[in-house]
Amino acid sequence: MTVARGIARRLCRAELRHTQAVIRRLPHVDRVGIEERAATLGKRSIKTTAKQQGIRMAVSMVDLTTLEGSDTPGKVRNLCAKAVCPAPAMPEIPSVAAVCVYPSLVGVAREALDGTGVHAASVATAFPSGQASLDVKLRDTEEAVAAGADEIDMVISREAFLAGDDARVMEEIVRVKDVCGDAHLKVIIETAELGSYDHVRHASMLAMEASADFIKTSTGKAASGATPGVVLVMLEAIREYVDRTGRVVGMKAAGGVSNSKAGLHMLVLVKETLGDEWLTNERFRIGASSLLNDLLMQYQKTETGRYARPEVFSRE
Amino acid sequence: MSSRLPIRKTYKLFIGGAFVRSESGRYDRIEGGASATAPSAGGVNIPRASRKDVRDAVAAARKARGGWAARTAYNRGQILYRFAEALESRAADIGAERLDVEASIDVLVHYAGWTDKFQPVLGGINPVAMPYLSFSLPEPTGVVGIVAPDAPPLLGVIAELAPALAAGNTVVAVLSGERPLPGLDLGEVVGIADLPGGVVNLLSGRRSELAPVLAGHHALDAIVDASGDPALAADIDKLAAESVTRVHQATPAESYEAATGDPLSRLEALTELKTAWHPVGA
Amino acid sequence: MATQEQRTSIVWDYAPAPESPEHVRLRDSYGLFIDGDFVDPVDGARVPSTNPATEETVAEVTFAGPGDIRRAVQAARRAQPGWTALSGLERGKYLFRVARLIQERARELAVVESMDGGKPIRESRDVDVPLAAAHFFHYAGWADKLSYGMGGRAVEPLGVAAQIVPWNFPLLMAAWKLAPALACGNAAVLKPAETTPVTALLLAEILQEAELPPGVVSVIPGDGAAGAALVREPDIDKVAFTGSTAVGKNIQSALAGRRIPLTLELGGKSANIVFEDAALDQAVEGIVNGIFFNQGHVCCAGSRLLIQESVADTVVEKLWARMARLRLGDPLDKNTDVGAINSREQLERIEGLVASGEEEGAVRRTVVCELPSRGYWFAPTLFTDVAPAHRIAAEEIFGPVVSVLTFRTQAEAIEKANSTPYGLAAGIWTDKGSKAFEVASALQAGVIWQNTYNKFDPSAAFGGYKESGFGREGGMSGLRPYLRVSAAAPDPGSAL
Repeated sequence: MTVARGIARRLCRAELRHTQAVIRRLPHVDRVGIEERAATLGKRSIKTTAKQQGIRMAVSMVDLTTLEGSDTPGKVRNLCAKAVCPAPAMPEIPSVAAVCVYPSLVGVAREALDGTGVHAASVATAFPSGQASLDVKLRDTEEAVAAGADEIDMVISREAFLAGDDARVMEEIVRVKDVCGDAHLKVIIETAELGSYDHVRHASMLAMEASADFIKTSTGKAASGATPGVVLVMLEAIREYVDRTGRVVGMKAAGGVSNSKAGLHMLVLVKETLGDEWLTNERFRIGASSLLNDLLMQYQKTETGRYARPEVFSRE
Repeated sequence: MSSRLPIRKTYKLFIGGAFVRSESGRYDRIEGGASATAPSAGGVNIPRASRKDVRDAVAAARKARGGWAARTAYNRGQILYRFAEALESRAADIGAERLDVEASIDVLVHYAGWTDKFQPVLGGINPVAMPYLSFSLPEPTGVVGIVAPDAPPLLGVIAELAPALAAGNTVVAVLSGERPLPGLDLGEVVGIADLPGGVVNLLSGRRSELAPVLAGHHALDAIVDASGDPALAADIDKLAAESVTRVHQATPAESYEAATGDPLSRLEALTELKTAWHPVGA
Repeated sequence: MATQEQRTSIVWDYAPAPESPEHVRLRDSYGLFIDGDFVDPVDGARVPSTNPATEETVAEVTFAGPGDIRRAVQAARRAQPGWTALSGLERGKYLFRVARLIQERARELAVVESMDGGKPIRESRDVDVPLAAAHFFHYAGWADKLSYGMGGRAVEPLGVAAQIVPWNFPLLMAAWKLAPALACGNAAVLKPAETTPVTALLLAEILQEAELPPGVVSVIPGDGAAGAALVREPDIDKVAFTGSTAVGKNIQSALAGRRIPLTLELGGKSANIVFEDAALDQAVEGIVNGIFFNQGHVCCAGSRLLIQESVADTVVEKLWARMARLRLGDPLDKNTDVGAINSREQLERIEGLVASGEEEGAVRRTVVCELPSRGYWFAPTLFTDVAPAHRIAAEEIFGPVVSVLTFRTQAEAIEKANSTPYGLAAGIWTDKGSKAFEVASALQAGVIWQNTYNKFDPSAAFGGYKESGFGREGGMSGLRPYLRVSAAAPDPGSAL
């Protein structure tokens, strides 16, 4: 954490401009090759004990999310109860990693999760579009932190990125990190809006250089989210960054991971790109809402051998 | 003869992968028909498609265009072969003569084999006199209209449909007004042949009403006139000119040999040749 | 001495995921497939075919003796006129049936291919069997379009084709040989490889099920002597061989003076060239596919890795880390990446060449993995500090062994890549299209993969330059070896 803050402070505007001149040479990612590799890893056959263990791991990595205009304290409290104890009938199922809500409801989540070990995460910075002044985005973050958020999920300025202004993209991240206090910062690059894998890799690098603790695929509000190809590109970017700097940055896959098969695919991607040491919720998260019930259903099937009746698993 | 009352078939248009009545509600009555198991003494009602049905069919064909063209050539070939399998399995029911049906099946098999072969024959590398790699490849034209002849009632449609599909196009066909039933039954065959909805659209009704609307539709990319009617041909030419729609006059195919005697001309007429250049040099 | 990779501790391991062979029904013993039926040998013998992962018997087959070979050739001779008299459309329909039947029996064929040959089920299921079906489907469609594929000229079949296929892609190579030969109106006598006859025999059952006229295809397993006898048969009109360059030269020599058309698909020592501006992570995947796919038992394997010096260390590190994730083991486990070596003989050849690499001064790294106690196995191996003169850089190893060489400039890469009597394939990794095309035009190789490797399609021609052989398989060019231009004038109305 101290190392990251040090890096952040060193990045003043002049340095960022220089960095921009040097780094806006897009990295080379071959789309056909990436998608082939991601698809081949999707063919791993995860059965029996491996499947059970994988599902339990995946549950522990879920950031259980609700980001609707219609969210209320009641809804958030129900979600928190489910987050802490997803399946009362199956006590070996762990808690999820975090509950993720809008800043206005962080206080409710904090209170409901106190003492449980499940983190309260908040989106911030004019989520999901990020189309607001930096001041507004900073105040949005400060309020979430003051309300008790353990984790902040911010969005990068796609407007700046697509205009080629890497310096501004990075500066915003640095400033947000500054007001996070002890909260860890996840940086959402919104892959669906970036347009190419080269851009995904580049944006990932910018975020890591600007001291992100986690990089995250999507807001979940755009056309697509954590496709296997995009996740693989980001994991490879992390691998290169960690090899070069020694600083560990985590990865969060959000958007479109809606069933166990997709969830286990994510774990395979992590395992075979970064290694087993990364199979922990301190380094990998899955942002999801409907995934959790499918994980529970599949887990039950591995125990009983029967396909379940979906209504048995509560919707939050 | 059993006293059991048979269930009569209702004939419908085939648009966007679904069987629909004409939005106009109109119908014509023609002789004979219905299925082999439920013959109808006095004839059957067939939908009399309207200009709005033509509009809907073209819209469906346009929507299906990208997905069909994006399939691999191998996949299109397999689907056309399955179309042949499906037609063979429905041969007894389809209400056309055995020779007509067998020729139609064989035409589908022939064109199923062209999907991944016409490209090297019609396209290729251009040995330009500069340090460039230049290649030309034939791509599907897009949405193809077909004006089917009166005879043979099945082969007449298939002979135009098969090359259009093999080249990667989607199709809107105006069936014969006098003998539309085998063409309408094709919708059922298409339905079991793995063809995506909207790739083949079949309209029955009056050719004199429908063909001009189709030819004059600016979003149609090409039209194949196999009607054998010179006055209609002239009309189609004029209407197509409004939006530079490609016109291909086809003699109604009366046999397998006629339908497959010059396949390259049929395929080429429904493709666009794209030429690309790329420098060669570090 | 070999350096060893430390395996990091495993937090989550994939449980065994075996593809069940229960639904596979093999006969206890297969006769020779001649004249449409499985028959007893005249002078051949019954032998077991072994599973190289377990050393158990997969099935008993019959190896053909000289008398059996003659019988098969004569059956082909009798059947061929009737076969070519059929219209192209009708011939094509038989081949479409075969394609469909391969698709229907796909899972069974994949399991048996892995059991008989040792390759991972994921490969036989996802590559070998689907491509075999696709080849029959593709050539089925050529059968009534031959003159279009031959520039509008009228054509005739050659007659009886003698076809010898190798053990690395048994079913697929049988499809590559039979499909075009039959489409063009020839009859064929197929001799599968000594160690992998079983899927060819299942293909024979499929030909029976498709009601292919008896005699049009014979399937006669046998050893090297059987292949040598087959090509010396007087009554054949064409020879097609895929296998080692050494045997290919023997065959070419045996046919001297006979004016029999010959196609040869031989060995290779293909260069996989990585430029500094390549997408490096994808290049590493391509390197892995290039040399570890099918345990490196691939004629076009990218066995020489040429890396631009400026990125050599980076690429080697990434490659080594990636190699450590390769899963070696039971070919029938769906998560296996690297299967068994095809035979004890092949394993000994690989071990011998690898030993020579160490003796000649190259630095060896071999992935540490548990090798099963039975069967033939070789762990993925990387050699650095390789000189072009080393045996491991010059000779075909045909195993999971990659030799790394470096270069500074494009011209040097091309020169090194071409410095070999082989010329089958090459890989080029760069993000610059114009460079990819320029290098491609300078390489003496018949198949060039840009930013990919080991991609095959029935519509794309495949074959070598120089001592990697001559003649092409796949696409329009794949018809040429099975036809002769006819004396008759082309008939525009004919559906040949």
